[in-house]
Amino acid sequence: MESILELSGVTKSYGSKHALRDVSFQIQPGKIIGLLGSNGSGKSTLMKIAAGLMQPSSGQLLVCGEPSGPRTKAWTSFMPDKPLTESWMRVKDAIGFYQDFYSDFDEAKANEMLQFMNLNPSDKISTLSKGMNDRMQLTLALSRNAKLYLLDEPIGGVDPVAREKILDAIVKYYNEDSCLVISTHLVRDIERIFDEVIFIKNGNVVLQEEVETIRFTRGKSVDELFKEVFAE
Amino acid sequence: MTIVFDNNMPIYIQIMNYVKKQIITGKLSPGDKIESVRDLALELQINPNTIQRTFQELEREGIVETRRGLGRFVTSEESTIMLIKKEMAGELLERFVQGMKELGFNKNDIIAIVTDAVKDGGSDKHPDRSE
Repeated sequence: MESILELSGVTKSYGSKHALRDVSFQIQPGKIIGLLGSNGSGKSTLMKIAAGLMQPSSGQLLVCGEPSGPRTKAWTSFMPDKPLTESWMRVKDAIGFYQDFYSDFDEAKANEMLQFMNLNPSDKISTLSKGMNDRMQLTLALSRNAKLYLLDEPIGGVDPVAREKILDAIVKYYNEDSCLVISTHLVRDIERIFDEVIFIKNGNVVLQEEVETIRFTRGKSVDELFKEVFAE
Repeated sequence: MTIVFDNNMPIYIQIMNYVKKQIITGKLSPGDKIESVRDLALELQINPNTIQRTFQELEREGIVETRRGLGRFVTSEESTIMLIKKEMAGELLERFVQGMKELGFNKNDIIAIVTDAVKDGGSDKHPDRSE
């Protein structure tokens, strides 16, 4: 089966600082992948490179077998950690904005998701709480019929109830032929929706494994393993 | 359906045990249709592939069967259901005996304690004490 995302030897430096060093991995369709690392480990840099928004200093990136470019960007739906919407927009304007930008945007799905998320189309985005804004951003990202979804910290900073709702929405609305990469450092709440996890530490990939294999062979949860690997 | 998961154990094994328990306690009857992978994934907030794997394993053990285009069903084979019941009872018993031995009880003590407990508990018959 062809990989949805393949990185080989990807390195990114900001001046003399290495954000990513020789990162290589492949991910297959139909999987939900957890990209896990502590703050400053290189998760967001990796997500931006995978989204084609940033060029690696060296190494190669392939999306569905093609090098990064306009075509691969059209297959990729990215939810950044900072919203792309403008403060003057209402919820319905944000939907319209995405619809104009992306030909794969599914309006029916967006409307269904808004309802599921308890978002009102006429609400102003600037008045939404942090949790509601995260729901909004997730709705925008998942309403596209993409091949690769990249969600950067979708549950960062929201309360447990909003977190549940976001996890529900991910399981309910993700497309089974695609691949979903979720970056987070909140492992415990979300580990049950992953197929595989990739641990990234100081810009290096230190582990890529199926979560059930971790539980089976090590007898511990992904969260415990995470704490071990990232202990200071 | 609610399960309290232990993230230290493979999730698919926990769901398998849960389904088996539902069958033994009669909450799922032989021949009953089982929820779809997607619905169950949503209900349990679990990765759909994990649910898929659970059903594959249950199918391999002959506990559920897929009928083309209709979905998944609990087996109608009473003998298979009896077998699960015995298997689960066996596991329970093994753990119990092991625990009692660790507490320092010998074979005769254990038999006496169990006989006593069964006698005490025999009067109040509450088959539905699960929830």
